[in-house]
Amino acid sequence: MSTIRNMALAAVLLVLGGGPALAASEADYKAALAAAESAEKDAATLRNRWTTTESALAAAKKAAATGDFEAATASAKQAEALAKASIFQASSEKERWKDMEIR
Amino acid sequence: MRARTIILTAAAALSTAALACFAASAIAAPDTIDPVADAKAFRKYFTDKFPKVKLNDFVNGPYSMNADMRKQWEDMEQFPPYEFALEAGKEMFSKPFKNGKTYADCFSNGGIGIRQNYPYFDEKEGNVITLELAINRCREVNGEAPLSYMKDEMASLTAYMAYTSRGKPMDIKIPNDPRALAAYEDGKRYFYTRRGQLNFSCASCHVQSAGEHIRAETLAPALGIMNALPIYRSEWGGMGTTSRRLVSCNSQTRAVPLEPQSDEYRDVEYFLSYVANGLPISGPGSRP
Amino acid sequence: MASTIRVRATNSGDTTVVQALIQHPMDSGFVKDAHGQIIPPHFIQQLTFEHNGKTVFLANWGPAVSKDPYVKFSFNGAGKGDDLKISWVDNKGATDTTTAKIQ
Repeated sequence: MSTIRNMALAAVLLVLGGGPALAASEADYKAALAAAESAEKDAATLRNRWTTTESALAAAKKAAATGDFEAATASAKQAEALAKASIFQASSEKERWKDMEIR
Repeated sequence: MRARTIILTAAAALSTAALACFAASAIAAPDTIDPVADAKAFRKYFTDKFPKVKLNDFVNGPYSMNADMRKQWEDMEQFPPYEFALEAGKEMFSKPFKNGKTYADCFSNGGIGIRQNYPYFDEKEGNVITLELAINRCREVNGEAPLSYMKDEMASLTAYMAYTSRGKPMDIKIPNDPRALAAYEDGKRYFYTRRGQLNFSCASCHVQSAGEHIRAETLAPALGIMNALPIYRSEWGGMGTTSRRLVSCNSQTRAVPLEPQSDEYRDVEYFLSYVANGLPISGPGSRP
Repeated sequence: MASTIRVRATNSGDTTVVQALIQHPMDSGFVKDAHGQIIPPHFIQQLTFEHNGKTVFLANWGPAVSKDPYVKFSFNGAGKGDDLKISWVDNKGATDTTTAKIQ
């Protein structure tokens, strides 16, 4: 009983640790993809998408199609990071463009 | 744990404050849109940076920056690679539409020697009209399907029209209309805004690094960069439109390009053409 | 159909400088189209310039030559008003020929 509880606890801790020790599930992939696509949608509204975000999204979907949810989730997370960076770029450039202006 | 949280919060507060200060000082910058002053400063930047280059020569892009490339280009101009596109463009221009009308019916002076007036601000519509856009509007008004802004036919047509204006000074007008000034300013902002994963603005290459190399290419100065368009690029193996160049510049910085002839593209063309007023049309150009 | 060959031949003393621009796709056979299909090789294999029945310039080309090739060379022994005959044959057996007057 105690051993099983310890093992269960260990398993939960491992997942919370966020390490790659446990393979990503389809659910993980879908969540990551949703987050990435939502961020990319915001980037699109700002008219500032990056090509590398798009290719990371494509890579995620391609990996998922073959059942490799490990790689798919990783790609989706990368896509989300890239999308968020492109959003940051768009917002900060709203003022920073003036730094480059020839006056 | 506690100490770290405090330090993190403090750091966050500091950076927010710093951002606020920075933002405040940036907003304090002048608000009035002054294209005349901009153009003067733009010109001065390049003539100061390249004192040996004659003002009118900036329109020749990399050839004004590199003597060896220039010699090769001058040789090529004796028998330019764009001859075929020019001839195709001339043929297309004179061929009547199905309804019997021609492009000449849509443009002043029959469309000959007018390229230097584009883009212009249409006050009725409240929009910047580029030559490419005007060509497709002409087609649509006469019951023809629009041409792709990215392909050969539009390139050949604009090449021919540019050729008939060769040597004429760029002559862009900004009417005293807040919408026109806003479009100009939008174009200017687009030019200086960093984009793409590589975080380059148009200025990163064509202002800060004009005359320098990016991989094997010599970067053209932004002054007069529109004057040579459309261009026959050896890299493309053919003539390419202004739209194509803007789109490919975007993707080269790893930015997803906008739709050809989007507001931003037409506005940046407006801005860049205006600051080159007085410099001669050198199109169609040939480039490496 | 209009000739694919544009030529300009200028004579000065004994030397004639010839420039020619030839319209031809010069597909190498190594490039793929948008659908991933190889664009079949289609290039000029032989280009000949003749004066008074004698070959003054002969080029044996292959896939390394780019689209719409340009040639420039000079030769001796011709004079103003002479004919210069240019012809090419490509790997599909197509040909074109033109005759220009030396200026």
